[in-house]
Amino acid sequence: MKTLEEFVSLFAEQFDETDPNEITANTEFHDLDEWSSLIGLSVIAMVDEEFEVALKGDDMRSSITVEDLYNKVLAHL
Amino acid sequence: MGVSYNPFSLEGKTVLVTGASSGIGQETAIQCSKMGAKVIVTARNEDRLKETLSQLEGEGHSMFIAELTQQEELEKLVGSINVLNGVVLCAGKGMTSPFPFSTRGKYDSIFEVNFFAPIELLRLLVKKKKLEKDSSVVFVSSIGGVDSFQMGNGVYGASKAALNSMMKFCAKELAAKKIRVNTVNPGMVNTKLIQGGAISEEQHKMDMEKYPLKRYGEPEDIAYGIIYLLSDASSWVTGHSLVIDGGVTI
Repeated sequence: MKTLEEFVSLFAEQFDETDPNEITANTEFHDLDEWSSLIGLSVIAMVDEEFEVALKGDDMRSSITVEDLYNKVLAHL
Repeated sequence: MGVSYNPFSLEGKTVLVTGASSGIGQETAIQCSKMGAKVIVTARNEDRLKETLSQLEGEGHSMFIAELTQQEELEKLVGSINVLNGVVLCAGKGMTSPFPFSTRGKYDSIFEVNFFAPIELLRLLVKKKKLEKDSSVVFVSSIGGVDSFQMGNGVYGASKAALNSMMKFCAKELAAKKIRVNTVNPGMVNTKLIQGGAISEEQHKMDMEKYPLKRYGEPEDIAYGIIYLLSDASSWVTGHSLVIDGGVTI
């Protein structure tokens, strides 16, 4: 099982311009300049690949921080 | 010219509809029966297919449970068919996956359902001479991969582009047998295929605003186009992709 820290790092990997150190468990990710619908789809695909969990678009929308999203993944396991 | 005048009638035609347990396939089967066709419906789920069968109007319809990605089941389905005047290949599967995550396995699973299954079914129907002269074949393709290239839609779009391409090859070759082959290419249609996936309800609402007609399609919007292509009204139409998309590709 991946830890929150590992999840944050996998999450940060989906960005190209944003400094990975800028992204923490408490980051409100929708507010990041680089955040886009494509990165949203990439995060969903990453979760599918790493956790075999199919997050829905609505799970992304209702998560505020990266940790919220991690908890949604755990809830689906 | 009486009230019975209808160049789009399917009276006297037997039509096979795949993917008939839900969405565009289900609606197409129902509309074809209302236009007078005898309909053979096929899908994987028995309960849902029975539900479709019960909604068909008129007499002489039948159902056949089959997993069309399985060669044996395809052959049984084709073996059970006497003769057809129309085929509508609706069975399909959606997938949202950005390019770096689009592994070979994802392409395989989508191409199996969206491309190889309908093409193999058509091949068997032709080879076994199940299609009457003047038959019409309609593939349900998509604007995705043909006219529209939304992010994350590559695997699905490529499968539909392949289908569109084969439709044209089939149209050219099968014209010798007087069999017509066309596609309908829908934009976003309100079915289970687009609901509850990676695209949120809110994103769909925003996307809808890009449609000049300001809404997604309903299954019957597509079924009516399919009826045109099945009917004798389209006798001189083959190798064509009928875009039905609320104007989004303009």
